[in-house]
Amino acid sequence: MSGIVAYGAYIPTYRIKRDVIAKVWGSVGVGGEKAVANYDENSITMAVAAGIDCIYGFDYEKLDALFLATTTAPYREKQSATTVASALDLPSHLRAADFTDSLRSGTIALNSALDTIKAGSARNTMVIASDCRLGSPHSEYELIFGDGAAAIVLGNSNVIATIEDTYSVFNEFMDVWRAEDDDTVRSWEQRFILTKGYMETIQQLVSTIMSKHGSKPEDFAKVILYAPDIRSHATLAKNLGFDLQTQVQDPLLTTVGNTGSASALMMLVAALEEGKAGDRILLINYGDGADAFIFCITKEINKIQGKRGIKGHLKSKLILTNYNKYASWRGIIVEEGAKRPSAVSPSVTCLWRERNRILALMGSKCKSCGTVQYPPQRVCAKCRAKDEFEYYKLSDKIGRAVTYSIDHLTVAKDPPAVFAWIDFDGGGRIHCEITDHALEKPSVGMSVEMTFRELYKAGGIHNYFWKARPIR
Amino acid sequence: MGSIKDKVAIIGMGCTKFGELWDKSVSDLIIEAAYEAYEDAGIESKDIQGAWLGTVFSGLTAGSLSSPLKFRFIPVTRVENMCATGIEALRAASYAVAAGACDIALAVGVEKLKDAGWSGVPGSKVVGDSSIGTAGVAPDISAPAMFAELSLGYFAKYNIDPEEGKKLLAQIVVKSHHNGSLHPKAHFQREVTIEQVMNSPIVAWPLGILDCCGVSDGAAAAVVTRADIAQNFRDDPIYIKSLTICTSGRQDTLTQGYDFSYVPENLNGSKIAYAEAGIKNPLKELSMAEVHDCFSIHEMMIYEDFGFSARGRARDDIEAGTFTLAGELPVNTDGGLKCFGHPLGASGLRMAYEVYKQLQGKAGPRQVKNPQRGLAHTVGGGEGMLSCGITILGNSKG
Repeated sequence: MSGIVAYGAYIPTYRIKRDVIAKVWGSVGVGGEKAVANYDENSITMAVAAGIDCIYGFDYEKLDALFLATTTAPYREKQSATTVASALDLPSHLRAADFTDSLRSGTIALNSALDTIKAGSARNTMVIASDCRLGSPHSEYELIFGDGAAAIVLGNSNVIATIEDTYSVFNEFMDVWRAEDDDTVRSWEQRFILTKGYMETIQQLVSTIMSKHGSKPEDFAKVILYAPDIRSHATLAKNLGFDLQTQVQDPLLTTVGNTGSASALMMLVAALEEGKAGDRILLINYGDGADAFIFCITKEINKIQGKRGIKGHLKSKLILTNYNKYASWRGIIVEEGAKRPSAVSPSVTCLWRERNRILALMGSKCKSCGTVQYPPQRVCAKCRAKDEFEYYKLSDKIGRAVTYSIDHLTVAKDPPAVFAWIDFDGGGRIHCEITDHALEKPSVGMSVEMTFRELYKAGGIHNYFWKARPIR
Repeated sequence: MGSIKDKVAIIGMGCTKFGELWDKSVSDLIIEAAYEAYEDAGIESKDIQGAWLGTVFSGLTAGSLSSPLKFRFIPVTRVENMCATGIEALRAASYAVAAGACDIALAVGVEKLKDAGWSGVPGSKVVGDSSIGTAGVAPDISAPAMFAELSLGYFAKYNIDPEEGKKLLAQIVVKSHHNGSLHPKAHFQREVTIEQVMNSPIVAWPLGILDCCGVSDGAAAAVVTRADIAQNFRDDPIYIKSLTICTSGRQDTLTQGYDFSYVPENLNGSKIAYAEAGIKNPLKELSMAEVHDCFSIHEMMIYEDFGFSARGRARDDIEAGTFTLAGELPVNTDGGLKCFGHPLGASGLRMAYEVYKQLQGKAGPRQVKNPQRGLAHTVGGGEGMLSCGITILGNSKG
């Protein structure tokens, strides 16, 4: 039976206390915190991070499709899944597609992925949902929106959670939206959109799938309910007859926030982390309609290890105490900036020619003397053998700082910038920036891992590369 | 391999005041430096048979030199080797003379950094790393931070307490500022104290603002001729003993092993230069040296890489005052990049200008005793692929 064969998640390092935001606007605090993408993160980089967590230990050569779900794609015209697939070094035969615009895009993609598995058009299909939505300053959404990503691979073999049933409805409903030229989310009157939209649609959907599947509320070990806010989540659970304390998955709203299209799948990952063989899970996602899934966990779940998932990422965090910094990272505040030359648009030709070494962080390994080098060298730096090398991936290697610098002069969104020369275990050396550097005071010999980030945007081009990060 | 030793002599040099020269153009600077050199050599512009312009950001092609100086139908070339550009221009002119292509050649180095609208060198994503092209993913690290990495590499290697290491570097800065205070053409002509250096705002730890060289405008020029006819122009020509460029191809930064406690191009470049000049013990045989003190740490590492100090022991010599004006081997007698600032294309020739004046006994209050041999050194580019330019000059043949 088809189902989930791998999962992973990503939550950015930074969190901001909601009270800090509320205080800026003179509002009453609501408690809790939300995850904030660093200045160099966006939906694409977070999708890559979730993808890395997901395919850890999975033979990614067996992936035939990647579906990326987001409402915050960096380009209006240009696919995002290709960037993610390139950074993950996925096989070139892969079918890559973006599922966009709907808050429900994560489960829409999951349904389509299930179709590929059932139809036999893909052995395994990865769905990554990632979102980084912006609420207007001084709005409820600013308090509740968080950033994060989740990745799920569906397949037919070694299934850790089978998909027993699905059901979907669409609903043309203007509850929340962003028009073409909006950066922040608009909404209609809350009472209306929650009562006639969220509650009514989901209640009908759940009643239908339960009768279709022949199950009762108590049959589910875990119920995952997408929720726009904490109160609606509790009300919905109660209305549906589920026990909030024992049955309903924590919606992560007080720790991560509402991560939009990623929200339901992040909760699914959290549920799988806690799940045991035989557990039945009901997943409900909402947005322009609703999707329902019924999963049943198998004993294959016991084989999963080495993932950070939701639990691991939740534990590893830094608290952003300064609203201005958050606002600057999200572009809400535009700082004057240093008197430095403005960023020039990267050459698309160069980016294309060097895509392997830039996006997949491929170095070379000399076939003659075995020396690993980055960037790839046609003439070996050690033995001068010409054109005798194979590509060698560095993005998944652990490295150590040989020396470093704390740079107060360079242009930085999280000053001072930290740079380091990194020696990778197994060979290879790179000079790069250290991001999320507050995780650990830089030192000679410190261990780092690589993380895919956006360096800058110039000429309408998002330029991505890898940075080092203290190990989370 | 052959040697340029004693084949070419400098018969005239010029150097502008360095600083924030808001009211002077690149052409103004070139004209001032070149005409001072002509006058010093006792020649006229029309006597120049070939000319080389060293500049990184302040002009492309021969036209940048021919236009202000009104050269016509003689070979003129613009050369560039990042911070080593000034030495590169001198090298090109000297080699042309050594090859017999011309008898009198001009080398000019110029850079105007203060027109950029910010403090620092004009931005360029391609400089020094052709394989990175313009994909724009190279780390956007500042120059001081690059040298902070060397500092921490050095401190780690020799187990130097960071605060003590910083204080050591401050002594170099204090020394150079003293020398600069004695030079009317220096950008910064004031003394500083250890406390001022230690307390200057941190740019990239351990380097504070006062550990960094200035950003300046300036130009310098040299007229070179055949050594055998040099005395027709003046009684005290200065002979070129060595003129080398030493580079590498990222061997140390592409592979593991190099620990950032020294600069391989400086270490090997100095060996090559000493061999060409016939110098066995630089501490004894050099009367003074102008070295690339872009940041205080670099001057300290040069002491060791150039064999002025034993490996890991630069500290002893700094504390003994070896490199002060009154010391055994005065270094950066004019205040160095620290006080002149670093208009990239001009710096190598500005350093040669100081060596030239010292060797002629014309360095005024900075004059070193009984000068015979002097060294000028600039190095530039990216870590792992630096271009190290060295010239050793002498006031007598042999």
